[in-house]
Amino acid sequence: MEDVVKIIREAAHFTKPILYTKGLTIGYKTKHGILELEKDLDIKIHNGELVCLIGPNGCGKSTLMRTIAGLQKPLSGETFIAEVDVKSIKPHQYAKLLSLVLTDKVNVGAMTVMDIVSIGRYPYTNYFAKLEANDYAIIDRSLDSVHLNEYKDRFFSELSDGEKQRVLIAKALTQDTPLIMLDEPTAHLDLPNRVEIMNILKRLAKETNKAIFLSTHELDLALQTADTIWLMNREETLKSGTPEDLVLTGAFEQVFQSDAFTFDKLSGSFKVVHPIKGKVSLSGNGVQSTWARRALERDGYEVVEDTDLPISIHYLNGQWELEMDNEMFQCQDIAELLHTLRTEMSSTVQHAK
Amino acid sequence: MAATNSYILKPWLVVVTGTSLIVGLFLLDLSLGSVKISTGELINIIAGNPAKKSWEYIFFNFRLPKAITAILTGAGISVAGLQMQTLFKNPLAGPSVLGISHGASLGVAVFVLSSTALFGVTTNFQEALGSWGLVLFAISGSFLVLLNVLFASARISDGVTILIVGLMFGFITGAVVSILQYFSDPELIQNFLVWTFGSLSGVAWSQLQVMGPIIGLTLVASLLYSKQMNALLLGENYATGVGVNVAQTRMKLILTTSIMAGTITAFTGPIAFIGVAVPHLARLLFRTSNHKVLIPATMMCGVLIMLICDIVSQVPGAQTTLPLNSVTALFGAPVILAIIIKNRKMKGAF
Repeated sequence: MEDVVKIIREAAHFTKPILYTKGLTIGYKTKHGILELEKDLDIKIHNGELVCLIGPNGCGKSTLMRTIAGLQKPLSGETFIAEVDVKSIKPHQYAKLLSLVLTDKVNVGAMTVMDIVSIGRYPYTNYFAKLEANDYAIIDRSLDSVHLNEYKDRFFSELSDGEKQRVLIAKALTQDTPLIMLDEPTAHLDLPNRVEIMNILKRLAKETNKAIFLSTHELDLALQTADTIWLMNREETLKSGTPEDLVLTGAFEQVFQSDAFTFDKLSGSFKVVHPIKGKVSLSGNGVQSTWARRALERDGYEVVEDTDLPISIHYLNGQWELEMDNEMFQCQDIAELLHTLRTEMSSTVQHAK
Repeated sequence: MAATNSYILKPWLVVVTGTSLIVGLFLLDLSLGSVKISTGELINIIAGNPAKKSWEYIFFNFRLPKAITAILTGAGISVAGLQMQTLFKNPLAGPSVLGISHGASLGVAVFVLSSTALFGVTTNFQEALGSWGLVLFAISGSFLVLLNVLFASARISDGVTILIVGLMFGFITGAVVSILQYFSDPELIQNFLVWTFGSLSGVAWSQLQVMGPIIGLTLVASLLYSKQMNALLLGENYATGVGVNVAQTRMKLILTTSIMAGTITAFTGPIAFIGVAVPHLARLLFRTSNHKVLIPATMMCGVLIMLICDIVSQVPGAQTTLPLNSVTALFGAPVILAIIIKNRKMKGAF
């Protein structure tokens, strides 16, 4: 008991992994038996590390998070936070080591931002949740780091989704734990808000030396911000590594294998696979040809650099030149280019008949 | 822009206004009734030199216990309602709506009526009212129903459907009560029926000695739960995440709620809709769901509304009194309708 308290105090200066698991097996006990989602997991997070958990729906991301958060029991194995087996940590001590941002909808009409964020101090305050100067200072700092200090007296229910998410992150920060865990913090947010949330988390991990662990479907953002990515999949065990290593080893492709898209290692993004209906050659460099290539691929053409093909396209003097069956068409923009290509193709087909 | 939340009412102003309103209404409640006793006379009676001996008798044996009962009932049933709303995360929860009062009634009916049905002994209803046994039966009744409704609500996420569940429990307990009545002595049935109308005047000093401490203690307990209740507003997982023992807190809330609702129902009969409506009134006035403010605010509003309802039920100037249960329903039911219409999706009513 004494030990745990001491360890909690020193957790922020830990150089060994702040969290690791030993042979952790997660899943559910159902009526028909045991459903194992992941077996024998040995994973670790260090202080100051931003870890993103990625995987297709239903692979057990939430179960892993809930298990680590102590909201659900593992089927077997142990989790250690700051070298202490979590089984020996009491709930109120746990709340000083790990804070949560969940996907649960929070519907509270007349609670102000201040009311919500101060709930983060509950593990430290007395029976009446009385806040001392020190608590107010931490609340202020937390609201500052999510840029919401002006919002203190606003009602939570009147905020936008992005602002609500930031309030909940501030609540987690206020809890002053070495570990913060967020379940899909960017879900339901628009792009600027998604980027902002990820930036805030990245900055917090570096500035506060907290270990931040989140699950997300935002592959692009995760590749650009995470220090470590955990890739999860129903068939195989969890793979952990830097985003770049996982791209190079082909782990990404494996996890998200599908006929509908391919993973492009160069751009680090997934591309939708379109059925091919013909080949065109495209010449020209720069941004124009890049986007023309995308448009053509979307329309079902395989784009090659070979100039001997019956259909060839050049970008010249600010317009597109389409050469087809020895005819020449001039197009002002990509829409016109695609339209011409389509009409010419169909007339060729009719001629052939 | 959205309104910022500077509590519209200044705290000291609220306390001063609230207290003076309560004192004013308390005095009014004491002076009105079949005999009107003026405020000056009230002071004379308290000072020990009443103008009429009968007034002194009326004052000490009827008016004063009744007014104190109004205060205890108003605060208790309203806080019970608030606790249920937080527990169920449902703005329409309340002792009368979810069948908790019915459960208490069943307990009372079993205690009073079964003795005749089973042993052929006629119980004296007025005597039974004060007894610990009756209170215990009422508390057990409400506890059982509350536990069942909570169990059902774990399977039903829809806020309005749970009302139907509560209604069904009301019907079930009602049916059992009817069966008990069928085998009971007619006089006893009549007493029981009168009791179901709800009345604050049936509580004598000896009964207040039971009711007062129970309600007082549970109200204090409720104040001590404000921290956990705030955490519960964020949902069970978040509450667990900040170190709140959710299962234990839930059990504490169920226990105090059934003790409050059960005890009050045992003494006054079922009081309809106050438990649902008053917490909303408090939220509206104080513009907060923070239980640290909301619990005392609910107590204050509950006391005020109950005193008003009691004064109205006296029908000032007339010799008759209206059933209290009807008066509170006339006040409370429209509030519930307003909530449903205002929040068609039932969200954000907290």
